[in-house]
Amino acid sequence: MQQTGLSPDFGFLERAEAAGPFNAAECFQCRKCTNGCPATFAMDLYPDQVIRLAILGRKEEVLHSKTIWVCASCETCSTRCPNGVRIAELMDYFKELAVRLGIPSPEPAVTALHQTFLENVRYTGRVFEGALLPVFLLRSGQLGSKLEKGTWRDEVKLGWQMFRKGRLALVPKFIQGKGEISSILRPSK
Amino acid sequence: MNVTYYPGCSLEGTARDYADSIHGVCAALDIRLQEVPDWNCCGATAAHCIDHAASIGLPARNLKQAAQLPNSDMLVPCPMCFNRLRTAVWEQKEKGAQTDAELPQIWDLANFFAAEGMIRKLSAQVRKPLKGLNVVCYYGCMASRPPHITGATDYENPQSLDRIVAALGGTSVAWPYKTDCCGASLMISRPDMGYKLVGKLYDMAKRVGAQAIVVSCQMCQANLDMYQDKIEAEMSRLFRLPIIYFTELIGLAFGLPGTKGWLSRHFTDPLPLLRKGGLLD
Ligand code: SF4
Ligand code: SF4
Repeated sequence: MQQTGLSPDFGFLERAEAAGPFNAAECFQCRKCTNGCPATFAMDLYPDQVIRLAILGRKEEVLHSKTIWVCASCETCSTRCPNGVRIAELMDYFKELAVRLGIPSPEPAVTALHQTFLENVRYTGRVFEGALLPVFLLRSGQLGSKLEKGTWRDEVKLGWQMFRKGRLALVPKFIQGKGEISSILRPSK
Repeated sequence: MNVTYYPGCSLEGTARDYADSIHGVCAALDIRLQEVPDWNCCGATAAHCIDHAASIGLPARNLKQAAQLPNSDMLVPCPMCFNRLRTAVWEQKEKGAQTDAELPQIWDLANFFAAEGMIRKLSAQVRKPLKGLNVVCYYGCMASRPPHITGATDYENPQSLDRIVAALGGTSVAWPYKTDCCGASLMISRPDMGYKLVGKLYDMAKRVGAQAIVVSCQMCQANLDMYQDKIEAEMSRLFRLPIIYFTELIGLAFGLPGTKGWLSRHFTDPLPLLRKGGLLD
């Protein structure tokens, strides 16, 4: 259901704070978070606006925003907030919630990379970089467009250079506690 | 001295140069690295973004594994792993879960080397001071932020790398982007964003007259090193800035024989600069 400004979900912030706490209600809208944020050029909502909308219960706007996905997790905002609002951590909570609610990501490549990464960890216990990029390209559907535009050559060249410089492991290292790892990770859909 | 060592996944792949230089330098300083038995991935950005429970659970397993070793210090070269391990400790404490009293002190590698006693040891072993080398120290995000996790007090103006460079006889030039984000977590999925953030760093490093950028993070290194060609093409400018690990600088100043091999793994070739300065044959 599309939320309008007049039908706020006031439980939204409460539920978030129960998972945090993120101290969002402490925000007095000084915009210090936004002023230091390096990623605003790619955002559709500024970090202070995300906090404000969350307080107002405007769940849909927050969970559909690009901002939560293009946040670079640099923690500048949380570090500088005079009121201890844990902005970056709240962005993470929103991403996870959006995935759980099945909200289509406005930044599918970003979301697909996180998912590919965790699947990779589930499989080996450590990240195997050699499979990360190819699987990501397949999963995010970027392989097709790269083939079309011919930019796949860039990827192959980079991979080859990494290999030549001894910066690409060719076989995954499986850890012994693999079983423990898959029970730590949320079951994949 | 024996220490517990948690390398993290990328030190087995992309950051082999970092791993090798750490081993080389520690051997020279008689620091014996004991790897956390059967360690796993810390979950990195992906886990904290979309699976919070795993972002705590994965590092928590590593802490449990680390408790098998008797050492009081645990060195973590990857600032992301460092950050995730400390977050797990913090959150378990916060939630009132028993924390293991046996837990070693978790160190960001650069901070470990910048501690007073260690700086003295570094200076004592310098054979070839890095005279005439002007660099900027780049710290990125994860080793210092957020401070309640990292324990950093100088998070807006960190000093560890600057102190190390000075101890080795080099010069670190002041610049305003010490802790600005390089966008590493987005470099694969939103390269346009990564290029823009990294381009800004190159530009400022050049403006203050740096010949190279010194890092202590393998994500920053890869991000600033591997895509430099592409970013140069995009910005129609040549930067040619070597991105050097602080451990490689220590190797250079100590005159360790492996140093050249580590440095040859870089994409943006640091050898011409170092040869010209007489720091490497
Ligand atoms: S810095 Fe903190 S108080 Fe200021 S606008 Fe951002 S969240 Fe609100
Ligand atoms: S953590 Fe995200 S929102 Fe906060 S300053 Fe960094 S990029 Fe901006």
